[in-house]
Amino acid sequence: MALTLYALIQTAVLCTNALAVLHEERFLSKLGWGVEQGVGGFGDDPGVKAQILNLIRSVRTVMRGYIIPYLCCVLLISLS
Amino acid sequence: MNYSGTHSGFTQQANMRLRNSSMDDSDGSQLFENTSGAEVGPQAGYRNQQGGPPPAGSSGHSLLTDPMSNLAMAYGSSLATQGREMMDKNLDRFIPISKLKYYFAVDTLYVGKKLGLLVFPYMHKNWEVSYQQDTPVAPRFDVNAPDLYIPSMGFITYLLVAGLALGTQNRFSPELLGVHASSALVWLVMEVLVVLLSLYLVTVNTDLTTIDLLAFSGYKYVGMIVGVVAGLLFGRTAYYLSLLWCCAAIFVFMIRSLRLKLLSEAAAEGRLVRGARNQLRMYLTMAIAAAQPIFMYWLTYHLVR
Repeated sequence: MALTLYALIQTAVLCTNALAVLHEERFLSKLGWGVEQGVGGFGDDPGVKAQILNLIRSVRTVMRGYIIPYLCCVLLISLS
Repeated sequence: MNYSGTHSGFTQQANMRLRNSSMDDSDGSQLFENTSGAEVGPQAGYRNQQGGPPPAGSSGHSLLTDPMSNLAMAYGSSLATQGREMMDKNLDRFIPISKLKYYFAVDTLYVGKKLGLLVFPYMHKNWEVSYQQDTPVAPRFDVNAPDLYIPSMGFITYLLVAGLALGTQNRFSPELLGVHASSALVWLVMEVLVVLLSLYLVTVNTDLTTIDLLAFSGYKYVGMIVGVVAGLLFGRTAYYLSLLWCCAAIFVFMIRSLRLKLLSEAAAEGRLVRGARNQLRMYLTMAIAAAQPIFMYWLTYHLVR
């Protein structure tokens, strides 16, 4: 029960890291969650699956854009 | 430079120097260094009464002339004001302070009614938040509006009651209060983040802000406090009974409050509307409401043995 704020930050950084290093071709396409299936549903009902795929792709893009602060954070968190 | 003595002592000395500068300009520094009182009578007597800020400090002050010290003080205070303004402006970008003020605009009547509603929501008929020209009315005027006063007070009271409960079992130590505080805070933050994530995934167009969600998640502390206090006073059976009552009350409260905000209007009026999206939203509302009793039990069961 002794869940500290630092544990929350650690969890958040490590989960974001997991999302960022997720390789599309190797895993998501095999599951049928590739990038071409995500943009299908236009109209006012994107659906849950399209939202999740959008989220994963945007997290990946943002993290890869800010690569240096991101790497520093991940290193610091995983070393402590 | 040795600025011994308080700030008021410094200004007193500066004012003294201002007042007497016209008279004793030539031997001003000598007067400060020589405190024997053998100089010109009235001023020396005046100066000796000033002996509180000790002479060691004033010998350092003699390096500053009068207008310079005033100028320095004025510049320093203007710098401080500028710095504070800049900090306020920048802080407002991260934490919307003006929006926060809306959530604390409560009065005693509202708090009483809301607490009653949290424990007994079954008789309340009208759950709509009233608006006033597109902005929600302040909580003082509308019982249904969410506020942050009750959640924050409830959080702090929960910590105190937890400390009390641990103390009655001889398990208390001051670090445990901090551990409890950060634990409860972490669960709260995680709950708000998960609800935000699920709202994003289901693409609900709602005007629920993050602070609204924080307020709704904080309402469960009231039930937790009632349960723990009942458990302390009357034993475990009373704890379970009152917790059950409060869990049911919070469940009904959350469903009725969130239904109006999350579901489409037709479904909110109670008519059964078919359709995958509305079903998903209904499940989401029920999941959020069901998470509250789970957290209430999880955060309090170890306090009542």
